[in-house]
Amino acid sequence: MTTLRVALLHLRIGVMNDLQYRVNFALQVLQSALALATGLIVIALVYSHVAELNGWSQSELLAVLGTQILMGGVIRMLIQPNMMRLTEDVREGKLDHALTKPVDAQMLVSVREVQVWQAVDILVGATVIAIALVRLGGDLGVFDALAFAVALAFGAVMLYCFWLLLATGSFWIVSMWFLPELFEGVFQTGRWPVGIYPQWLRFGITFLVPIAFAVTVPAEAVTSRLEWQTLALAAGFAVVLFAFTRWFWRFGLRNYTGASA
Amino acid sequence: MSTTPITAPLAQVNRLRSLVDFYLTTMRTAVQQQFQYRAATYMYLVGMVAEPVIYLVVWSTIADQSGGTVGGLTAGEFAAYYIVWTLVRTMNIVFTPYGWEWRIREGELSGQLLRPLHPIHYDLAWFAGGKVPWVLFYLPIAVVLTLVFNPTFDVRPLEVAVFGVAVWGAYLIRTFNQTALGLICFWTTRVGALFQLYIVLELLLSGRLVPLTLFPEWVQTIAWFLPFRWTFYFPIQTLVGDLTNAELLGGLAMQVFWTVVGIGVFSLVWRYAIRRYTAVGN
Repeated sequence: MTTLRVALLHLRIGVMNDLQYRVNFALQVLQSALALATGLIVIALVYSHVAELNGWSQSELLAVLGTQILMGGVIRMLIQPNMMRLTEDVREGKLDHALTKPVDAQMLVSVREVQVWQAVDILVGATVIAIALVRLGGDLGVFDALAFAVALAFGAVMLYCFWLLLATGSFWIVSMWFLPELFEGVFQTGRWPVGIYPQWLRFGITFLVPIAFAVTVPAEAVTSRLEWQTLALAAGFAVVLFAFTRWFWRFGLRNYTGASA
Repeated sequence: MSTTPITAPLAQVNRLRSLVDFYLTTMRTAVQQQFQYRAATYMYLVGMVAEPVIYLVVWSTIADQSGGTVGGLTAGEFAAYYIVWTLVRTMNIVFTPYGWEWRIREGELSGQLLRPLHPIHYDLAWFAGGKVPWVLFYLPIAVVLTLVFNPTFDVRPLEVAVFGVAVWGAYLIRTFNQTALGLICFWTTRVGALFQLYIVLELLLSGRLVPLTLFPEWVQTIAWFLPFRWTFYFPIQTLVGDLTNAELLGGLAMQVFWTVVGIGVFSLVWRYAIRRYTAVGN
């Protein structure tokens, strides 16, 4: 209970801090608009040459794009800022301040930062999904909607685990400036349904970097093509990955030698 | 009085020699720095390779689905295009406007302005040097991509030679474009949004996203009048496309033209920008 209260308090402070910088909102809207425009142009270009891509129609692919934008917003708002702060703290020896607090360290390093304006992407993503649904006929069942929400939550947990695994690497590899670029590059694979990739790559972006679980699976739910086995697999993998991440985090922590004091 | 005509050319020679020396030393430093953090550099390159691999997979799938070709290109030709793309991308990495943002905000520029050389020389030399380790790191990636995606190549010696020059042309055009953009930081210190707009234009109109022939006619016409295509599409096409000798040399001439335009715009903006600089920080 205390843990949850501390987490929420940190989030509130982060939100209030970021809300001071109003101009950033306008800039974020502009950036999101540009990214969306690019995504839409690419889809238009692809479907000017084909009617169907690997069994996905244009509107269905729109749902994939919306899910990817939404998930990207969640990552850049809540996950990535915390993980980058963690790597910086390790490098500068500042992690001591977090470790000496009487709450769970993993929880604390995961809630200290929030970039509120990235929520624009969450809204943009949700809007794109809604438009896709209208174009698909608009009869989304309760089950599909529920499966979508659940799949999205599992996906977010898995991507959080993935980020924490990488950030924990900073206990050994100190220079981690490349993480956002690396992740952003790989995350772009989520723009397309995972089925179009060759076998080895599909495996990679399902189990090594859980993008398929985070984007394709929710998009499958919202376009009524999700099988319950896939959702069950997502749930199982999320639990296993979370447990492994927690173990790895503690393992890495034992390698941490404060550089400040 | 009589010594002046003798010392003047000598001073010129010395100046040139020290400039060359400056470039070589800076390049060597860049090479060593990149090797020192090789894990980080490699990860950065891997993130960069994801971009062409995605495009390649999507367009090969489309080519296969529509009976072997799309826009006249086969899956093998797409593979060739995007593998060369990766090399061109590695070669045209330049100092970004975000770097200028940082330089001005943190007051780093003050120190650089005190030097007897224009800061642009430092950027040109450093990123030119960085290309040595980047291309070395790229080679194994190229081998893997070639084995996985089966590209079709048909290359003449002249094409290779022109490619060798064209990647440097692309580097110069991109450097001056992005530096001119970076100089906007003298007025706003927030260049992110404008730079994103630049990148979107580049994505669409340079051949970075797809070979330009896949676009409708009117987009290709617009692309002809802009510098972007000479930084991706042209260097890639020298190796992948079937360009005539005239087209190859004409392309290089266009690169020279856009480099000169870039230097002109950059010099002009620099004149006004530098007057606005007020040091922040140390």
